[in-house]
Amino acid sequence: MSTGNMNLTLKVWRQKDNKTKGALVDYKLADISPDMSFLEMFDVLNEQLINKGEEPVVFDHDCREGICGMCSMFINGRPHGPKDLVTTCQLHMRSFKDGDTIVVEPWRAAAFPVVKDLTVDRSAFDRVIAAGGFISVNTGNAQDANNLPIPKMQADAAFEAAACIGCGACVATCKNASAMLFVSAKISQLALLPQGQPERYRRVQSMVAQMDAEGFGNCTNTGACEAECPKGISLENIARMNRDFATAKFISEETV
Amino acid sequence: MSDINSNIPEGELASKWTKYKSSVPLVNPSNKRTIEVIIVGSGLAGASAAATLAEMGYKVKCFCFQDSPRRAHSIAAQGGINAAKNYQNDGDSVYRLFYDTIKGGDYRAREANVHRLAEVSANIIDQCVAQGVPLAREYGGLLDNRSFGGTQVQRTFYAAGQTGQQLLLGAYSALERQIGMGKVEMYTRHEMLEVVKIDGKARGIIARNLITGEIERHFGHAVVLGTGGYGNVFYLSTNAMGSNVTAAWKAHKQGAYFANPCYTQIHPTCIPVSGDHQSKLTLMSESLRNDGRIWVPKKKDDNRKASEIPEDERDYYLERRYPAFGNLVPRDVASRAAKERCDAGYGVGASKLAVYLDFKANTERYGRIEAAKAGNHNPDKETCMRLGTAVIKEKYGNLFDMYAQITGENPYETPMRIYPAVHYTMGGLWVDYNLMTSVPGLYCTGEANFSDHGANRLGASALMQGLADGYFVLPYTIGAYLSKEISTKAIPTDHPAFVEAEERAVGILNKLINIKGTKSVDHFHKRLGHIMWEKCGMARNEKGLKEAIEEIRALRAEFWSEVRVPGAINELNPELEKAGRVADFIELGELMCIDALNRNESCGGHFREEYQTEEGEALRDDVNYAYVAAWEFKEGVNFELHKEELKFENIKVAQRSYK
Repeated sequence: MSTGNMNLTLKVWRQKDNKTKGALVDYKLADISPDMSFLEMFDVLNEQLINKGEEPVVFDHDCREGICGMCSMFINGRPHGPKDLVTTCQLHMRSFKDGDTIVVEPWRAAAFPVVKDLTVDRSAFDRVIAAGGFISVNTGNAQDANNLPIPKMQADAAFEAAACIGCGACVATCKNASAMLFVSAKISQLALLPQGQPERYRRVQSMVAQMDAEGFGNCTNTGACEAECPKGISLENIARMNRDFATAKFISEETV
Repeated sequence: MSDINSNIPEGELASKWTKYKSSVPLVNPSNKRTIEVIIVGSGLAGASAAATLAEMGYKVKCFCFQDSPRRAHSIAAQGGINAAKNYQNDGDSVYRLFYDTIKGGDYRAREANVHRLAEVSANIIDQCVAQGVPLAREYGGLLDNRSFGGTQVQRTFYAAGQTGQQLLLGAYSALERQIGMGKVEMYTRHEMLEVVKIDGKARGIIARNLITGEIERHFGHAVVLGTGGYGNVFYLSTNAMGSNVTAAWKAHKQGAYFANPCYTQIHPTCIPVSGDHQSKLTLMSESLRNDGRIWVPKKKDDNRKASEIPEDERDYYLERRYPAFGNLVPRDVASRAAKERCDAGYGVGASKLAVYLDFKANTERYGRIEAAKAGNHNPDKETCMRLGTAVIKEKYGNLFDMYAQITGENPYETPMRIYPAVHYTMGGLWVDYNLMTSVPGLYCTGEANFSDHGANRLGASALMQGLADGYFVLPYTIGAYLSKEISTKAIPTDHPAFVEAEERAVGILNKLINIKGTKSVDHFHKRLGHIMWEKCGMARNEKGLKEAIEEIRALRAEFWSEVRVPGAINELNPELEKAGRVADFIELGELMCIDALNRNESCGGHFREEYQTEEGEALRDDVNYAYVAAWEFKEGVNFELHKEELKFENIKVAQRSYK
């Protein structure tokens, strides 16, 4: 069993609700183990706060294995912290040093309003998916799965785009709070597959329209989203979305 | 012996479901528009049911406690989904999937339900592919399969190590489509706190808006719970932090029987506990057992590094004990074998509570095949390992990365250390063939019900069952009930039953906040988990279970006088949410021990030390225990046993053998 020996100073964003002004609050933590995950370190902090009669820090988390996309901490100026290709829950304290000061903030974007402390409202993502991030096939309508062979390369490319966990790190890191990496990942997944063709151009128009309506910013090709994405979603998806969007303007008879 | 009716249709096993579907009463489209269905939970079972019922024309309300339906814990399932497609031409069939599932469940599941599950399994794959779920393919463009435990065919479909994610996102997109069209009203960050019953029928729920703390009343002609399993009763499990039993438990307290609660699945391949700070355990997919060989040193307390232990000093104990299935024995068997080796002093790592999962032999084998494909028929070892590592990386890359991230070790170079951990619960709310609980109008689907996996679930069958229930079973069976409800008008939520249910829910919240004790919710949860793991875990005995029941009762009393819940009711308050869930886990924990004590036999995930063969295998008692134990909640915290006899008419019941 590991015993911890790290001492840390945390500066954590505390905000009662979306109407109250928030601020960074300092906390000292002792005896932290390098084998702890970042969220387990927060469990220790919260246990301390509860024992002192204070209110624990509210933060989103669920699966704690890097797949549900719920955890969302902005750590030392980077979404999900200093390591590439991991979510906050998969970040471990061995990535920090004894004596470090760590600043922890919520995702910051107009389309992701703060709910409380480090928790934000990401329901805008659901509304973008509801606008067109699907193939319209009712249950019971499907043909035999192997009647439609799909080249492995194409299926693999669709899978890579589909690996997005919808955490919102791309939005949080973008100076424009753009959601283009998230939106284009879903558009690409479906555009790369034969099943997605019938609705391809309608889909890109309605999803982009909803993305704009939610107040996400535009893309200026900085690439921070790709660099910070815990699942390595590629910028190529944004290029594909833009191509499809432009094409849709020429070929689509319906305007959405 | 049965005193409850499972409503299994008459007729031949293979034609029951087909006949049922063609004779079940229907609801016409205009009536569907006025019938409201509440679905709690948005995982595979909930989201698929919500989307399908809305497509059919019902008015649907769907609830989840997460911030989005896409985050339900089905998302974390890694390995795959079974289907009797026989694409590999290896002799698979509906009957074989049925047979494997009944045998894997140690002859404690209902034949008719399991056969139906096997029948619809192929439709699930068709449906998911049509939705754009990117399942793994071969170079010819057709779907790929792999092997899972407890079977000798390749029937498992997968998407790298993220099968659950991809299937859930498919169901989620179908659900969002219906939300976008206004046919489903979605309530995220809502937790169900009560079932509302009127004249004996489920007619709605009480839910708490987790952001504002407001208590809401929702009417439904029927209520469906797809709320997942209760593995977090052990505190440490592979479940998500929020996974809980509360919705099912509240239903139980309103009259829904809870069946076989002691059947819990301990998954053999999880990353071992590293310290007291541990908040959850992480699974390493069973698919790894396709290519990983499990071993411990032959010498006790061997402190050498894995790489320093020569081949002839390694004990590949699964291959030794079970030559026919080897590393692919079912989960319960693999877990107990690991515990047996560690208890005997052969464990590895700092805690000695771990065994090795080693990919070296198969990496080299793959490398040799790759080299041959490139024309090199006599490759050196280094070339084999380099080429083989690339193959392993493609198959399991994300799992290896996750392992490295959590442990700080490189699994491409050193074998993984693994140990069993709580993963899945076969028990759950009792349901009949229609998936209806013992409360009329209250349905239960997916892991939350008890119905298909008997005493042990086979790998890649949870995703299959969740989607079978939601896409292909419930949408038919619920019609049988709703067809009789077409003249029932929506009941206003100022009805006294809603008022009373709300008072019950609010009463509990107030009580929790006002205890103002000295110990945190987690403190109690950890203590409960410790009792459950030690005395109602991988091995149980009469003495331990009796002690556990007393300890849990004492813990319940202490919880209700000493817990500290900070904050207020009318705000986002995760500690309050946790407190309500842990209160329910404590009551459930007691019932699990009572059930385990009642079942004087060993079967599947329930291993009573008193009942084992000379070789240490589970010893069933089919004469006295071939029944489903369905428990009824009684005033105070008491439980009354009802039995549903299990009849095996199509399978010869035998001792399970994987040798």
